[in-house]
Amino acid sequence: MANVALRQVKKAYPNGFEAIKGVDVEIGDGRFCVLVGPSGCGKSTLLRMVAGLETVTSGEIDIGGRVVNQVEPADRDIAMVFQNYALYPHMSVYNNMAYGLRNRGMPKPEIDTRVQEAARILELSAMLERKPGQLSGGQRQRVAMGRAIVRQPKVFLFDEPLSNLDAKLRIAMRVEIRKLQRRLNTTSIYVTHDQLEAMTLADILVVMNAGQVEQVGNPLDIYQKPATTFVASFIGAPPMNLIGLRESGISLAAADAGILGVRPEDLELANGAAPAGGLTFELKVEAIEKVGAETYVYGLRSQQDGQPAISERPGELPPGEILVRIPGQRGPGIGETIRAVAPREKLHLFSADGRKRIGL
Amino acid sequence: MVEHRRFGNLLPHLVLLAGVIIVAFPVYLAVIASTHDNSVIANGQMPLYPGSHALETYWNTIVSGTGKTTRQPVGGMMIASLVMAVGIALGKIAISIISAYAIVFFAFPLRMTAFWTIFITLMLPVEVRIYPTYKITSDMHLLDSYSGLILPLIASATATLLFRQFFMTVPKELVEASKMDGAGPIRFFFDTLLPLSVTNIAALFVILFIYGWNQYLWPLLITTRDDMQTIVIGIKKIIDVHDALTEWSVAMATAVLAMLPPVAVVVLMQRLFVKGLIETEK
Amino acid sequence: MENRAIFSNRLLAYLLVLPQLAVSLVFFYWPAVQALWQSFLLQDAFGLSTEFVWFENYVALLKTPEYYHAIGVTFVFSGLVVFFSLAIGLLLAVMANHNIKGVQIYRTFLIIPYAVAPAVASVLFIFMFQPGLGMIARALQRYGIDWNPVLNGTHAMILVVIVAVWNQISYNFLFFLAGLQSIPKSVIEAAAIDGARPVRRFWTIVFPLLSPTTFFLVIVNITYVFFNTLGIIDTATGGGPNGATQTLVYKVFQDGKVGADLGGSAAQSVILMIIVVVLTAFQFRYVEKKVHY
Repeated sequence: MANVALRQVKKAYPNGFEAIKGVDVEIGDGRFCVLVGPSGCGKSTLLRMVAGLETVTSGEIDIGGRVVNQVEPADRDIAMVFQNYALYPHMSVYNNMAYGLRNRGMPKPEIDTRVQEAARILELSAMLERKPGQLSGGQRQRVAMGRAIVRQPKVFLFDEPLSNLDAKLRIAMRVEIRKLQRRLNTTSIYVTHDQLEAMTLADILVVMNAGQVEQVGNPLDIYQKPATTFVASFIGAPPMNLIGLRESGISLAAADAGILGVRPEDLELANGAAPAGGLTFELKVEAIEKVGAETYVYGLRSQQDGQPAISERPGELPPGEILVRIPGQRGPGIGETIRAVAPREKLHLFSADGRKRIGL
Repeated sequence: MVEHRRFGNLLPHLVLLAGVIIVAFPVYLAVIASTHDNSVIANGQMPLYPGSHALETYWNTIVSGTGKTTRQPVGGMMIASLVMAVGIALGKIAISIISAYAIVFFAFPLRMTAFWTIFITLMLPVEVRIYPTYKITSDMHLLDSYSGLILPLIASATATLLFRQFFMTVPKELVEASKMDGAGPIRFFFDTLLPLSVTNIAALFVILFIYGWNQYLWPLLITTRDDMQTIVIGIKKIIDVHDALTEWSVAMATAVLAMLPPVAVVVLMQRLFVKGLIETEK
Repeated sequence: MENRAIFSNRLLAYLLVLPQLAVSLVFFYWPAVQALWQSFLLQDAFGLSTEFVWFENYVALLKTPEYYHAIGVTFVFSGLVVFFSLAIGLLLAVMANHNIKGVQIYRTFLIIPYAVAPAVASVLFIFMFQPGLGMIARALQRYGIDWNPVLNGTHAMILVVIVAVWNQISYNFLFFLAGLQSIPKSVIEAAAIDGARPVRRFWTIVFPLLSPTTFFLVIVNITYVFFNTLGIIDTATGGGPNGATQTLVYKVFQDGKVGADLGGSAAQSVILMIIVVVLTAFQFRYVEKKVHY
C-alpha cells in the first residue's frame, strides 16, 4: 500500500509526437483512481508508464515515496490486469497465479496459502488445474485479477479490464472489483473509456483528452462543476447541451461571450416563463426516445430555419438541437412546439474556447 | 524486451552481426577467390581483399573452358540450369493450380481419391525412389533431355496443397456471382481466380525456382552429356579432380555464378519468399 | 472441403487433375511399387533370373554391419545438425525480435544460405577447409590440429555437419521469428511485471509457447538431413572415409551405382519410404494442433 504521485510527467516519441503533455496527479494511499477519456487520449500510455512498460521523457513517477522512473517493472512492486488478460496459456490457473511469487523466491507453502486464498475470494477454487483456454471470458478475467492479488503489491493497475466482457457481466464485475479493492485497501489506478464505469468506481477521477489532464477530482464534483466543455460533454450521459452564449438569448453579468451549458436532466418542460435569470428554449420536437424509465426529447430551437440539423462531430448534438430528459413515459409528439426551461443555478458557463469554467 | 537497457541494444546487434558474418563469410571468400590467380590460391597465399584477375577468371569460366579439365564453359551450364529451374517452377505451378482448382471447385466421383493420391506423393521424395524412377525415365528415352530433367520432378503436392488452401478461402458467393454473370468454369478460372492468386503464384515461383535451380541428385543421374550439365552438377566435376590440381579460382567463380540467380531472386523478392515459405508449411 | 463444389463438369475436372495424376502415377507410384516389388526378389549373380524371397532381403540387410553403420552415421549426423541449426536459428531469431534498427538488413543477409544449393554450399566450405590452402584449414594447422577430412572420419563428419547447419540456419531463423512474433506482447509484459527477468522469461514463457514451431522444425530438419544432404556428402566426402559420412540415403545411392544387389537396394529404399511416411505423418498431425490460443 502506498501513494502514487505523477509530477509533470511528459512523454514524447522520437518523431516528435507528444503523447503525454504534462500530467500532475496525486493519489493517496488506498484510493481508487480512474483515468478516463476517449481513445487515443493517452490514458493507457500513462498507466503503462506507471507500470514501467513505457519510458518517461520528463517528470517523475513516484510510488510510495520512491521515484521509480529508472526502476524495472519487476521491482516496482506493482501488479497489472491487462485488457486481454495476458494469461500464460500453457500454465494452469494455479501456476498462472503462482508464477510471480515463484519468481520472487517465495517458499512453496506460502505460495500455496496465498493462491488458495485468492482463489477462494474470486471463486476460482474449482478451476485451479484448468488452463486458460478452457475458461470463459469472465473466469479468465478473475484469474487475471487473482494473479495480481496474490502479489500483494503496493499498487494495482487495471488497463480496461472489463472491455471484453458483455454488458451484464461488466456491471457485475464492476461492483466486484470495487468491493475487492475496498477490502484489500490497495492503491489502484484504473483505465477506462466508459464514463459510467469511471463514475461508479472512482474515488479520484482523472479526465484526460489528447495527452492532457482536463480535470481531477471527486466524480460528483466533476459532474456538478465540469472545468471545461470537454469534461462537460464527456461526463454524464446523455451529454450536456452546449450553445453559444449569444445564441441563447440570455444575458449574464459574468460575460457576454462564451459557451453556455445545461444538462438534459436539468431542463423541464414548462408552459410559463422561465424562472428569473434562467434559460428558456422554444423547441420544435424532432425525435422522441422512450426508454421506459425516462424519455429523451430532441428539439430544434425555433429561431433556426426549418433545415434538418446535422452533427458536426459524432456523438454531439447537431448545432441548434437541444436534448431534454424527462422522467416517465409521457412526452410531447413529434412536430409539436414545446418550451424547455432551466433555472440559473443549473447553468454552466465556459469561456469561448471551452477551456475555462466561469462562475455565474 | 521491456527493460531499460543500459548498454542499449548492443547485445542483439552483436549477435546478429556475428550471425551475418558466419553467413556471409563463405560467400565473400568465394567472391574474393574468383578474382585471384589460381597459383596464388593454391599456395595458400590468398588475401582477404579482391584481386585483379576477376575479368580473366570469369571470362574463362563462362565462355571458354580452360583446358585443364574436360569441362564445359559455365555459360552453357547456366543456361541449362535456367531452363530446368524455370521449367520446374512453371510446370509445378501450372499442374498444381489446375489440380487444386478441380479438387476444390468441382464435384466428381473419386475427387477425394485424387486428392489423397496427390497428397501421398509428399511422402515420396526422389531420394527414396532413385533407381526405379531412373529406369522408367530411361525406358521412356528421356535421359539427357530437358523433359527428363523436368517432368519427374513436376508433380508437387506442396504446391497443390497451397493452392487448395487458398482456394478454400475464396468466398462461395464470388463463384455464384460469376455464374450468374454467365461465366463457365474456364472463364471463372482465368477472369477471377487467377488474378486473385497472383501473389501466391509469385511466392511459390520464388520457392520453386530455388528448388529447381538447386537440384542435385536427379540431374546427376539423368544427364551424362556435357552440354546438359547444370551448374550445380558442374561444380562437383570441377573440384572432383583428385589428381590434377583443382583450379580453385575457376571453381569459386563457378560457385559464385551458381549462387547468383537464386540468391538474387530471394533477396529481391524477400517478402514474397518469406510468405511462400511460411504458407507452404502450414 | 464441403460446400465448395460448384461446377459439375466432370470431364473438365478429370482433365484438370489428369496431368498431375499422370506424372504422379508414372514417376512416383510406379517406381515406388517397383521398389517394393523388387525388395522381395533375389537376383542371381548374372541378373538373369529372379526369385521371390519374401523378407529375406530385409533380414540380410539388417544383418549387414555397413547398414547399421549407416544408421549410426545418419543418427549422429541428424542429431548434430538438428541441435545446432535449431539453436543458432533460435538465437538469431530472438535477437532479431528485439525491435532494433536495421532488422530488415540483418534478415536479408540471414536468408541467403537458404538460396544456396547444398552442393554449392559444400564447395564453399571445402574451399575454406581444404588442407593446405583453405583459410580455416591453415588456421587449424597453426594450432596444431592435423585437419584432414579425407583421412579422418570425425573431421569428415564435422565438415558435413557444418555445411548442413549453415544451409539450414535461414529456414529455422525465419520460422522461429514468425513464431516469436505470434506471442502476444502483453503476455511477455505480464511476465515482466511478475518479476521474471529476460532469461527466466525466455525459458518459462517464450520457449514453451514456441514448442509447436520447435517441434515442427525438428521434423523438417530431420527430413532435410535424411534426404537433402546427398549433394553435400557427394561433393565433400563421397561418403568416406570408410563410410564415415555414409548416411542411409547415400548408401542407397552408392549401392545403386554399383548395381550389384537390386533387391537389397530396393529394400533400403522401402525402409526409407517408411521413415518418410512416419515423419510426414508426425508433421501433419502435430501441425494441426499448432497454436495455444
